[in-house]
Amino acid sequence: MSATGTVPTEHAILVALEAVRDPELDEPITSLGFVASCTVSPDGDAQVWLRLPTYFCAPNFAFLMVADAYDAVAALPGVRTAQVVLADHFASAAINGGVAARAGFARSFDGEAVGELHDLRRDFLRKAVLAGTDQVCRPLAAAGTGPAGLAALTLGQVPPSRALDRLRQRRAELGLPAGDQAPLVIDPVTGAAVGPGELPLHLRKARITAISVQANGSICRGMLRHRYATAGLNESDQCEEEPG
Amino acid sequence: MYEKNGEKYFVVDGHMHYWNAAPDNWVPGAEQYARGWIECFHAYQGLGPPETHWSIEHFQKYSEDDLMKDVFEDGHVDVAIFQPTYLLEWYKEGFNTTERNALMGERHPGKFVYNTRWDPRDGDEGLKTLRRNVERYGSKGCKLYTAEWNNGSRGWKLTDVGAYRYLEACQELGITNIHVHKGPTIWPLDKDAFDVSDVDHAATDFPGLNFIVEHVGLPRIEDFCFMATQEPNVYAGLAVVTGGLMHARPRFCAKVMGELLFWVGEDKMLFGSDYAIWEPKWQVEGFVDWEMPDSEEFSDYPRLSTAGKKKILGLNAARLYGIEVPAEYQLQGQPVG
Repeated sequence: MSATGTVPTEHAILVALEAVRDPELDEPITSLGFVASCTVSPDGDAQVWLRLPTYFCAPNFAFLMVADAYDAVAALPGVRTAQVVLADHFASAAINGGVAARAGFARSFDGEAVGELHDLRRDFLRKAVLAGTDQVCRPLAAAGTGPAGLAALTLGQVPPSRALDRLRQRRAELGLPAGDQAPLVIDPVTGAAVGPGELPLHLRKARITAISVQANGSICRGMLRHRYATAGLNESDQCEEEPG
Repeated sequence: MYEKNGEKYFVVDGHMHYWNAAPDNWVPGAEQYARGWIECFHAYQGLGPPETHWSIEHFQKYSEDDLMKDVFEDGHVDVAIFQPTYLLEWYKEGFNTTERNALMGERHPGKFVYNTRWDPRDGDEGLKTLRRNVERYGSKGCKLYTAEWNNGSRGWKLTDVGAYRYLEACQELGITNIHVHKGPTIWPLDKDAFDVSDVDHAATDFPGLNFIVEHVGLPRIEDFCFMATQEPNVYAGLAVVTGGLMHARPRFCAKVMGELLFWVGEDKMLFGSDYAIWEPKWQVEGFVDWEMPDSEEFSDYPRLSTAGKKKILGLNAARLYGIEVPAEYQLQGQPVG
């Protein structure tokens, strides 16, 4: 039986999947090209097929994406059943079966894992905060704001941008201060403000974190393109440069 | 050797392979893994220039003649370091073992360095094999692949108790260069398999060994760099940086190079082609031609001089492995070796 009587469109399911991110790359699985197909029956049985750049992509991150996609689709009004299938992966059976059974990671990989993936997700959200700090601070620094100026800024004083919204959202997800009065530059573990003295090194770390994530993303995209001839649903390259 | 604009470069390929990943070498019942592994490697090749792409059949199994031509005749390489990867659960004779490499290399004296490998889960037997390989092949280095599957286990860390026994054995046997390659699985699976903090601990506990982190810790370049600034005996293996980014994403390549020059420094970076994933020719030539872009975005990265390129392309590895470098290839006033 469908929950509301109105079955969501495939478009609505794709929109829901845009909220699911690759935890390492901090990007929606849709724009990365990971959504191979998406269907929904008149009765509200939704099915999503996911794919990854390699057969051996890390199984823990793969599990998170499949589980998050399941949650996003299953939560849509009008969805009677949700099925998310990861294709062409060495651990497809364990992941797909585990997510379908709502078994959690440790039970899905019996004997191979000791815990769930909350810590892993948190660690990568911290990296996303660091990378996001770079995205927000670099234009300010280029425009002449020095370490003391950056250390004194609050989130509310920074001109609005997509990068800023994203940084605030990631901080909020971690339970870190994200309101207008919160300092712009904080330690992503403790939430403490970063002072002017530590700020240059902090921003150096933020920059390499951003570059690392972007470089990984570009390699993943290149490999996915090699592996599959067709683009994923709603795939888009948000990358700043074209292949040379 | 490579010469450009009157400058002579001695080239040590610090990371290359001679594998057989064709179906005749697949373990029955594990074909999907053997196929998945080589297809994954083949996808990496797709990041290089189109004219250097191979068919999957050729890529699965290339000949000795192919290798000698691609690496030495065309590829400008003077000495190549074999980095074995066993994967015995998937490939009957292994993917590329110390034995396979040496059997081929011995027909070309002076061209190759035979690194070996170990796996702490092999226990006492593995220690015996390690000793035998050092005696037989003169190995001064070893390649560790931490994501190797072994009898139900999906991987290991350098801080495992068993691993320290092997690191002690390396010290005793005169193995000085430990090349670490992280992969997607370890035990337990819920941890980040690419985490490099175990290398950090091992490097602190074994100051007499050099730890070359392959693929610059990718996909954890940032963690690798933070560690490398603190550990004097940690080096960056560049395989993937040139092959995977120089052609496909030149601006990211420049940023990653800039970060490595800043955090790690040109004295601790080692070129590796990762052949047969990528041929060395275009990488060596491209690296010699490479310059940090001039725009503002790159303004605070260190610049790489011709001398720095010579170090990275060969002199640094020659120093670590005691490879003799003819005088004309050494830096002026700075004999290396």
